[in-house]
Amino acid sequence: MSSVRVLVGTKKGAFVINGDGARKKWQVSGPHFGGWEIYHLKGSSVDPNRIYASQSSGWFGQVISRSDDGGKTWTTPGSNPEELKTPEGWPKGESNKFVYNTEPPAGKPLTTHQWYDGTQHPWEFKRVWHLEPSLADPDTVYAGVEDAALFRSTDGGKTWQELAGLRGHGTGPKWSPGAGGMGLHTIVFDPTNPKRIYVAISAAGNFRTDDGGATWKAINRGLKSPYLPEMTPEIGFCVHRIAIHPSRPGVLYMQLHQGGGVYRSDNAGDEWHEVNGNLPTDFGFPIDVHAHEPTTIYAVPMDPHLRVPPEGKLRVYRSKAGGNEWEPLTKGLPQENCYINVLRDAMAVDRLDDCGIYFGTTGGQVYCSPDGGNNWSPIVRDLPGVLSVEVQTLA
Amino acid sequence: MESTMAAIRVVLPYHLRILAKITGEIQLEVQPPVTQHSVLSALEARYPMLRGTVRDHVTHKRRAFIRFYACEQDLSHESPDAPLPEAVATGAEPYLVIGAIAGG
Repeated sequence: MSSVRVLVGTKKGAFVINGDGARKKWQVSGPHFGGWEIYHLKGSSVDPNRIYASQSSGWFGQVISRSDDGGKTWTTPGSNPEELKTPEGWPKGESNKFVYNTEPPAGKPLTTHQWYDGTQHPWEFKRVWHLEPSLADPDTVYAGVEDAALFRSTDGGKTWQELAGLRGHGTGPKWSPGAGGMGLHTIVFDPTNPKRIYVAISAAGNFRTDDGGATWKAINRGLKSPYLPEMTPEIGFCVHRIAIHPSRPGVLYMQLHQGGGVYRSDNAGDEWHEVNGNLPTDFGFPIDVHAHEPTTIYAVPMDPHLRVPPEGKLRVYRSKAGGNEWEPLTKGLPQENCYINVLRDAMAVDRLDDCGIYFGTTGGQVYCSPDGGNNWSPIVRDLPGVLSVEVQTLA
Repeated sequence: MESTMAAIRVVLPYHLRILAKITGEIQLEVQPPVTQHSVLSALEARYPMLRGTVRDHVTHKRRAFIRFYACEQDLSHESPDAPLPEAVATGAEPYLVIGAIAGG
């Protein structure tokens, strides 16, 4: 019988939660990497036992960990002293070495971006926000980092190389950080076209490559932001999250910063249109798509100023029409005195017949709906603040 | 042949002990002269997963919120190539890697 594995990144470690196919019985394992901030962890769709995790610390910097047994044990790739001495030589301990590419043609010289005071500032690596394993190869994984750039590993996370064409995009000097930093936080693959990748950067916007990452196009036409002086700038948008359904990879859904809201593109990001409809606010972080209904989407609106649920009521909103017409989903969710947030990477769906929807909160709860959002219950209630949630559907 | 290596005691902060999968104090064989640079290089050679967590991969510059103490002295701002105190070089005293307090 099928089962699910929920991967939860929190401010104080990672948790691996195994659930049965009914999504009623849960077994929590963790914290893994106790004390480290886990921005994101995600499993390979090719080899579900292969999971990558991003550990981060203000003191000790960035660490990448990998599990090859479904989250039971973890190693830092290529750093295991017991591997002494391999044909490749001594362990190099480079799994956390993210160095911006300064070599020609795309990376030279190391460019600068706009700083808070309007001056130009060199790119400085701070942390990995998001890990996206390849759809074809478990040893290939992409990392979205702060300051915004895209890195790729093709050796299971042992070493990382920047795809410098993105940072070298002509608009790069105009990219600037928001209050939360300048992070590349969303990486979406087109499952029908291995050369096409979408990324989103705060606060630069959306970019698409159609040649495997060598060159990139800004895809922000149609977006609105009252925080930008120009009506239709090419870049500068604080995108919070984009999502697709694998059967319709040219249809993109986006949660944009306040003043924008939820948007949809029907042509691979070339044009966007707003689909807020009857949502109670235009602010939120995550957005996701039902596993079996390509036009059924989910968002969690927040008060744009307080960044907590409006009226203290935690409501997931579902649109079965790809936006514009939304219904609140409340059954099993707190409807009073709820003042948490749901962050951009903290929502996921499983692929079981009755699609399960999951999200985690800054209050440490992880909720699951085993029936597409109709009914909710907490898997766990008192974890550290949740930064990310991913779900694996296991045979 | 008699070894010329020095046995250096090193104490790591909690988070790095978890990362390196070690408990308690560790002992490193270090080729003299015993300096902060040589001790940290020996540490990273034996525990490659610690590379980049104490000092920068490329520049070897100390991370901002890491401090190095020994013999009741703050060595954080000393030259990495300066000899460590005799008591550290002989193993009488440990070399301490500290995660700075967060404040607040």
